[in-house]
Order: sequence, then structure tokens, then C-alpha cells
Amino acid sequence: MTLVKTKIGRRSFIRNTGLASGGLVLGFNWLASCKMTPEQVNAMPKEWFELNGFLKVGDNGMVTIMSPNPEIGQNVKTAMPMIVAEELDVAWKDVIVEQAPLNTDIFTRQLAGGSQSIRQGWESLRMTGATARQMLKEAAAQTWQVPVDEITTGEGMLHHAASDKSAGYGEMASIAAGLEVPEEVSVKEISEFKIVGTDRKNVDGPKIVTGKPLFGLDIQREGMLTAMIVHPPAFGMKYKSMDAAAAKAMPGIKDVFPVVVYPEDAEKQWSDGGAIAEQVAIVGNSTWECMQAKKALDIEWEEASTLESSAYHDEALNQLLDTAPKEAARKDGDVDKAFKSAAKIVESVYTAPFLAHNTMEPMNFFAHVTSEKAELLGPIQTPEFLEKTLVSVLGMPAEKIDIMMTRMGGGFGRRLYGTFAVEAAVISQRMQAPIKLVYTREDDMTQGTYRPSYKVRYKAGLDDKGNLIAWHVRGAGTNDDLIFENRFPAGAVDNYLAEKHSLQTNVTTGAWRAPRSNFIAGAEQAFMDEVAEAAGKDPIAFRLELFDRAITNPVGDPKNNDYDPERYAGVLKLVREKSGWTGGDNNGKSRGVSAYYCHNSYVAQVMDLTVDGDKPNIDKVWCAVDCGIVINPLSAKNQIEGGIVDGIGHATYSALSFSNGQSDQKNFDTYRLIRNMEAPKEIESFFVDNGIDPTGLGEPSLPPIMGALANALYRATGRRYYHQPFINDKPPLVG
Amino acid sequence: MATFTLNINGKKQEVDLDPSTPILWVLRDHLNMVGTKFGCGIAQCGACTIHLDGTATRSCILPVSSIGDKNITTIEGLSENGDHPVQKAWLEVDVPQCGYCQAGQIMTASALLEKNPNPTDEEIETAMNGNICRCGTYLRIRKAVKIASES
Repeated sequence: MTLVKTKIGRRSFIRNTGLASGGLVLGFNWLASCKMTPEQVNAMPKEWFELNGFLKVGDNGMVTIMSPNPEIGQNVKTAMPMIVAEELDVAWKDVIVEQAPLNTDIFTRQLAGGSQSIRQGWESLRMTGATARQMLKEAAAQTWQVPVDEITTGEGMLHHAASDKSAGYGEMASIAAGLEVPEEVSVKEISEFKIVGTDRKNVDGPKIVTGKPLFGLDIQREGMLTAMIVHPPAFGMKYKSMDAAAAKAMPGIKDVFPVVVYPEDAEKQWSDGGAIAEQVAIVGNSTWECMQAKKALDIEWEEASTLESSAYHDEALNQLLDTAPKEAARKDGDVDKAFKSAAKIVESVYTAPFLAHNTMEPMNFFAHVTSEKAELLGPIQTPEFLEKTLVSVLGMPAEKIDIMMTRMGGGFGRRLYGTFAVEAAVISQRMQAPIKLVYTREDDMTQGTYRPSYKVRYKAGLDDKGNLIAWHVRGAGTNDDLIFENRFPAGAVDNYLAEKHSLQTNVTTGAWRAPRSNFIAGAEQAFMDEVAEAAGKDPIAFRLELFDRAITNPVGDPKNNDYDPERYAGVLKLVREKSGWTGGDNNGKSRGVSAYYCHNSYVAQVMDLTVDGDKPNIDKVWCAVDCGIVINPLSAKNQIEGGIVDGIGHATYSALSFSNGQSDQKNFDTYRLIRNMEAPKEIESFFVDNGIDPTGLGEPSLPPIMGALANALYRATGRRYYHQPFINDKPPLVG
Repeated sequence: MATFTLNINGKKQEVDLDPSTPILWVLRDHLNMVGTKFGCGIAQCGACTIHLDGTATRSCILPVSSIGDKNITTIEGLSENGDHPVQKAWLEVDVPQCGYCQAGQIMTASALLEKNPNPTDEEIETAMNGNICRCGTYLRIRKAVKIASES
């Protein structure tokens, strides 16, 4: 046990003694059709005692743990309560997990993004469980008249060995709920963990496989209407006028109207990125009727700014790559001088297109806004910011706005930008009725906040011994400047120059799973492979030499280097060992290696593949990960596998291009996503066991795999792949 | 508007609606059976997969008028207690991440095993190729189908 101060503010603990004295609370009752089985109801406690905002203990020892953060498939709804349960010291089978609503008084950072839920939640979740356990111990100490430090816990039981007394948590819950919150509590040593570090299945698994209503799109309410929107057909266009007579006369249609979602004076949050101020709303009885009416609408749009095409983006980004920015993002030594003395110079340009998020569940939201209150329910990664926008747009104080998150059919960054929820609220306010806004796939894919398109040029200089003496990177992206100037190999090269540009466009962009890293990692790691080859060195040995340099004699102030070279080298060494890396092919399979650090976790990968015509057949991926303590290995591996498949898919097959402001791809018939047959045959994951506080896994396995793929493809084909998606890249043979 | 009597999960259900309405929306909007998911609306992603007389079928482009007396099975009717071998295998392998596409995946997998109880690895991949999973759970999907085929 380690004694720690309770760092959470006291307002975090609402000890509601009123609630403690009664009140039956049934879980999972937000959807009427989501009924519990009779067995579940019988197992429910008669009374719940709330020890703090995160958990309540039932009179029979069952524990309800609130999962504070939005669930987008990253499995925090299982992992976060596991951490609480560990420190509370209960059996996992006695835990019920509930999604917490937005409540900024109790919870901090109710946001899904940046792979940060576990990293930033770790301390407060542990403290929450440990504090509740301490209060239960104090309740037992008072009841049994024994010293509190003689009481031990285990599996939801309190024990006092000397007097041979035992009680379940449920028996002490009512007393514990009335106690003061302790100033100091003990948390477990890692060696004492019984839940953290063990395989636990997705708490929503049984509901998912039986098709129970869990997602925003599944919401049904009495008197609920369906709403759809029509947004401008191109970036650069805005609403002008329409003839809605035919659509309004169609069966089941209640109203069709232009709607200003964001008035000019609206106080927008960053989460309103991609907001379209004025759109057309269709409200009706059912989804299909709204879809039909949508087709019958005759809307006139007008040009408000330039209608951009991919050819323009390409040319403008190329120009930026040829232009030195006024200021360098980072400069160590003198790259120009070093290039002059270099024995070899390697230079390459890598590119990638816009990408859509394509969560399998299209955007949607339920809203019921009356003059008294606003109820919002649906899939949102940023509920706190949504509330702030709604205060401004609806003209309603935050106390009158309730926001509840549903399980999300994917996030990948798309649901950070909750403009669809604002649209739902504004339409409901106008209709004075509960509505569910539903996007079609086409609405979703053409609406924006895309992964930006990117280009980057690398130039490296080697001395006559194959040592890296200079590294110059210049990158540019649409609405995004791409470069992380303090990431590897910054700090490992004497002469280093990082430069970056952003191209302003009206095609809206935003965070997409592992922002920037989702391109720059693959580019950098493919280029590193080219440089290692030019140096005549093994690609892993070449990287390790650089990490050695960053460890023993870092360039510049090591505090400025945004990585820990020892942990970085650690995952490379681990994947080298596990994959049996020799530097050559593996029984006829071509191999590529890659490593990257982002979102506070380290990943190294080796990929084996063969190429059949244009088609890569990926045999196996070995993946070494350092994310500190692994909360739930079963699910952690699922995240790693998913990120790898997702990364291979987008690097190989996916692209969004533009003609006159319109995306050329509008649905899955033209926008290609990776499918089952194209995924690797096998993925094996390995974790570094170091006891460091945990970091996230929703993103880190995706970025480097694009580099491992490019490098393995090179070994198989003799061609370097520079331009994503690789399926369209017809690179020349090298050498 | 027209009235249709549908055989869904062994039960007769009467609906009165536009004959062009796809079964997906009949299920979701009119019968409050929301286990069958909307993904693309053009039969490309497989999220809306149901069984029509035992064959895996995309419900998003299937007009209610085309059904006649064929039997519809949805994820809600695949088993009474969520214990179909495919559902059990899905839980054993812990397949889902976001979970949204999984009902469609399970319906495709169960139709495959009905017709071909012992599929090869290649047959599994081919059968499951029409169902997109953006989370990338394809390897676990294959493994779960294999386990279900062995049970």
C-alpha cells in the first residue's frame, strides 16, 4: 500500500445523505426497450448508497461504477471502472457499469480524444476507489469498535482478524455514506492488483451481440419526429433559396425549412469546427419519408467563396514545399553546411490525400428542447463543449441543459465536432418537439472536418561512414502544418531543421485518429528506411544508433525532445527479438520495420508480406508496445489490432478527392475501406512490462504501420511507395 | 400506403406504409427493432444484414413490397437468449470495439455456417468480405466464426 493525499477536490465527492437513506436506482434504464432480465432485477439491491460521484454500493454488496468518459469503441467503459474496482477491492462480477451523464461538477475531462482517457483518468479513478474503500473500512471500525488500520479488505468484504469479524461492503455502505471524506488514503502496489492487468470482456458485449439499443441512432421516444438536413453541396457554397412545396406535400412530412444553426453572434467552441451556419431541415414521421422528401427538394445554392479542387490543393502544397517559411520550427546546427560536406544525400517527397472519418454509425442526435429545458442524448466525444455552444445558440443557461452520451458507433475524431447535436437542438427548438436528427452516409461523408491532405519533403545527409549528419524536414497540410518539430529524430542529429506550412482552404478539416501522426509517422519511417539503406546499415540498427545518440549525448536541451529515447529503443529491441529480425526476408516473406511515439505510447512493428500482382498479402504483424501498465490486455490487444488494420487500410485503399468544392466520393461504392480479406492473417502484440503509469492505446498503433507497410512493399517490389493510397501509386523501380 | 403482413423472427407483424420502404426502416422506425443497423443505404457495408429465408441479405435496399411470405430473421431473433453459437463465439473472442457493425457481421456469419458448417479460412474471409468494420476487428471476426464452426 502507498499512502497518498486525496488530490481530487472535495466537490468531487457528493455524499448525498438524502440519497443514502433511500431511493431505488435501477441501472440502464434510459431506453425503455432496454429491459433487465428478471434475474438481473432480483440481483439488484433494494437500496444504493452513494459514496462519491463515481460509485454507489448496494445494500447487497453490488457496486455501480460510473464510467465518466464517452465510449467510442476504445473500451474505456470497461477499463475505467476496472481501475475503480481494483482500488475499491471488489470482485469484478459484482460490478455494474453505467455511463455517466455530462456532469462537470463531479467529473473532469469527460472527453474521448487523444488517447488520454486512461492516462488522465488513472489517478482520479484510483483515488475514487481507494477513498470509498477507506470510508467502508472506517464504517466497519466504528461499528466493531476496533482500530481502522487493523481492518483488511478483499472481494467486497471487510475483515478484522483479531476479533474474527467480517462484513460485506453492502452491510457497511449506509454508515460509510455518512462519513467525512478522508484526507489521505492508501492505493495498492502494482503487485497487489487483481483486476488491473487481467483480461476482462467488454461490459456491453452481451448487448452488442444481441442487437440491444445502445447507440444514438437507436433512440426511440414517444412523439419523436425524425429530422434530416441538407447541407450545401460544395465547400464554398451557401444556401440561397428553395422550392419546398413538393417535399412538404409528401406523406409523413411535417415541415421543411431553412435553418440558421449558428447565428452570427453565436459563441462557438473549438468543437464547432466544420460548422455550417445555414442548412435546410426536413422533419417528418420516419427516416424513409424524410429521405424521399429530401430527393424532392429543389434548393438553390450560391457561391460564397472559391470552389476548390484537388488539383489546386496539390499545386498549392507543392509550392509551399518549395518555399522556405520565414521561421524554422526548430533548428539545430547548420543543415546547409552539413549537406555540402555530406558523402551521400537522400531526398524524397511523401503525400497523402484527405480522408473521411466514416464511423459506421452516421452522425445523429436526439434533442428535446422546450422553453423549460433542453434534453440532448446521443453520440458525442465532447459533451462539455457542446453544452457551452448550446448555452449560446439556444439562449439557455447550462443548468437547463442535460446532455447524455450514448455508446458510439465509432468516433475516430469525427464526433469531437458536435455540430450535428447543435443542429438537432435548434431544429427541436423550432419544432417544439422531440426529434432525432439522422445523417445519411452521403451527408456524413460530404460534410467535412476531414483528415487534412498532406505533403512532406525529407532530405538527409550521411558522412562517409554512414552516420546521419543532417536532417531537413519541410511539411505542409491543408489547414494544418503537419510537423512535430521536437519528435524523433530531433535530438539525435547534429544538424536538424524542421519547417512547416499550413494551406488555408475552405474544405473543413479536423482531428482524425492520431492527428498528423496518421501520415507523418509513415512518411518519416519510410524515409528512415531509405536513409538506412543509403548508409548501408540494418534499419533497426540504424535507428538504435540514433536513439543511443539521443540517450548519451542529446542535441539541444533534452527536455525539448518530445520522446524518451530509452523507451523508444526498448520497443524496437522487443520487436526485433519477437519477430526474429535478421535484416533479410523471412522464409520468402518480405519484411518492413517501423517505430513511432505518439499520444504518450511507444510502438514498434515488423510486417511480413508477399505481393501478388498489385495486391499485398500481409502474412503477419509483430507489434511491441510500451504504454506503461496495461489495464485490460484482452482489450488493449484489440485496440492494437484495430489500429494496425485501420492504418493498413487507409494507407493502401482510402482517399477523398475534390472537384469544384465537392468531394468525388460520397459513399462506400467509391470510397474504399479495407475489408476482411485485405487484413493481415495474424497480428501478435507484446507489451513492455515496466510498471510506469498507463497511457492510451486508441491511436498509437495506427501511425507507424503505414511505414512498416511501405518498407515491406519496397522489399517485395523494389519500388518505394511515396503516395497514399498505395493502391493508386505506381512508383518506378528504385536503382 | 399499403398494408403488409411480414413474418419476422417467427411472428406475424402487420405494417401499413409506403411500399418502397426498405425493410431496414420498417424494422427500425415502424417496429422499433433497432438491432439491424443503418450504415450506407446502398448495400455496400453490411451493417443492415438480415436473413431472408436463411440467406444473408442487405435490408437497406430491400423494399417491403418485395418480401411476400418469406421469413425474415433479425439479430433480435437469431436466438432466444443470445446464445447462438456465433453470438457465444463473439463474446468468447471479445470481438467488438465500437460494436456498431457487429450485428451485421453476426448475421452474415450465422448464414454462412447454416449453409457451410465447416468453412475453410478462405471461405470465412470471402463470406465476411462484404461487411465493413471501421474499427478493424476483422481478425477476431474470423477467429470467432472459426470457433462457432467448431462448436
